[in-house]
Amino acid sequence: MPSQLLALVKLHWGLKSITSNGVVIATEKKLPSILVDETSVQKIQILTPNIGVVYSGMGPDSRVLVRKSRKQAEQYNLLYKEPIPVTQLVRETAAVMQEFTQSGGVRPFGVSLLVAGYDDKGPQLYQVDPSGSYFSWKASAMGKNVSNAKTFLEKRYTDDMELEDAIHTAILTLKEGFEGQISGKNIEIGVIEADRTFRVLTAAQIEDYLQEVE
Amino acid sequence: MSIFEYNGSALVAMVGKNCFAIASDRRLGVQLQTIATDFQRIFKIHDKLFLGLSGLGSDAQTLHQRLVFRHKLYQLREERDMKPETFASLVSAMLYEKRFGPYFCQPVIAGLGEDDKPFICTMDSIGAKELAKDFVVAGTASESLYGACESMFKPDMDHEELFETISQALISSVDRDCLSGWGGHVYIVTPTEVTERILKGRMD
Repeated sequence: MPSQLLALVKLHWGLKSITSNGVVIATEKKLPSILVDETSVQKIQILTPNIGVVYSGMGPDSRVLVRKSRKQAEQYNLLYKEPIPVTQLVRETAAVMQEFTQSGGVRPFGVSLLVAGYDDKGPQLYQVDPSGSYFSWKASAMGKNVSNAKTFLEKRYTDDMELEDAIHTAILTLKEGFEGQISGKNIEIGVIEADRTFRVLTAAQIEDYLQEVE
Repeated sequence: MSIFEYNGSALVAMVGKNCFAIASDRRLGVQLQTIATDFQRIFKIHDKLFLGLSGLGSDAQTLHQRLVFRHKLYQLREERDMKPETFASLVSAMLYEKRFGPYFCQPVIAGLGEDDKPFICTMDSIGAKELAKDFVVAGTASESLYGACESMFKPDMDHEELFETISQALISSVDRDCLSGWGGHVYIVTPTEVTERILKGRMD
């Protein structure tokens, strides 16, 4: 069973890191051909105004999970008139993923998720695996080049990093294993700060950060 | 005869300076007959959140049990107590679920929220929330209670003055209502302590 799960997770990758005042998630956006309209592809998705997610693996599977998670978050909001805490949403999403490892006639989800959010407990990061287990991280990477990326993060990560440093670190980590020329069009970056609003950076904003990193 | 007047009840909650008070009568009747003189209508959900339920006694008890159940699970999942505003939303949702076969209760919710700011609210039997900054009332004696509270209430009372005020308002109102009375139950809640007192009024 474990080897089957690994085979389902394709070789795209994403990474994230937490700072004292926010969270950054980033991923490479590898398109099958230069003819593809890159603006139509978005790997980083918003789940609630204060929680975002990026995946590594099968895109269609991630879309199903995003849809389910959004509904769960909104149901919580309808009941309690309060935004769902990050831990609760992660737990419920993980429960769905676990369900698909134990039910008949279905296969596990071929994605690992990185959930980034900011709630009353502060900035938080979670990784959720196809098995349904979830882990809280200060900084993590997954997918292609994961071991190199993690080593790089271990060296670079500090607890009192500022958000700008984190974005630079994320870009540098992605650059390590990047094939070809990195640009605002083939990576995606999502950011959440103390304003508790998750936003995906535009290509232009990413280009600015790329230039700072050079 | 209305089902809301079957058992008789009186409930009031008031906001003070960094504290709140919630009080109820103690009578449980079956129409004109008094069955109990120590009936509990106010329930503690957690140290800074109290729920009062007026109306049909059976529904008050059942609703309380169900809300305690929901709150216990919430505490286990979220590893924290519910904020009063959140609890009020939950009660409202639960009441509306039974829109076409409602609980015959009118809840009064009182608690200390973020930074120990007092929060009170009431709602009707199908969950229409009503927030107030000063006081909320419920039960068969509610009309008298509105009058008494309106005239006796002052903002920013300390917990001792609040106790006096809410007790006077309660006793004078239930004395005008034949279905509620037989004493009073008053809870004064500050950020550091909860004081429970029993009032002796006209025992009829």
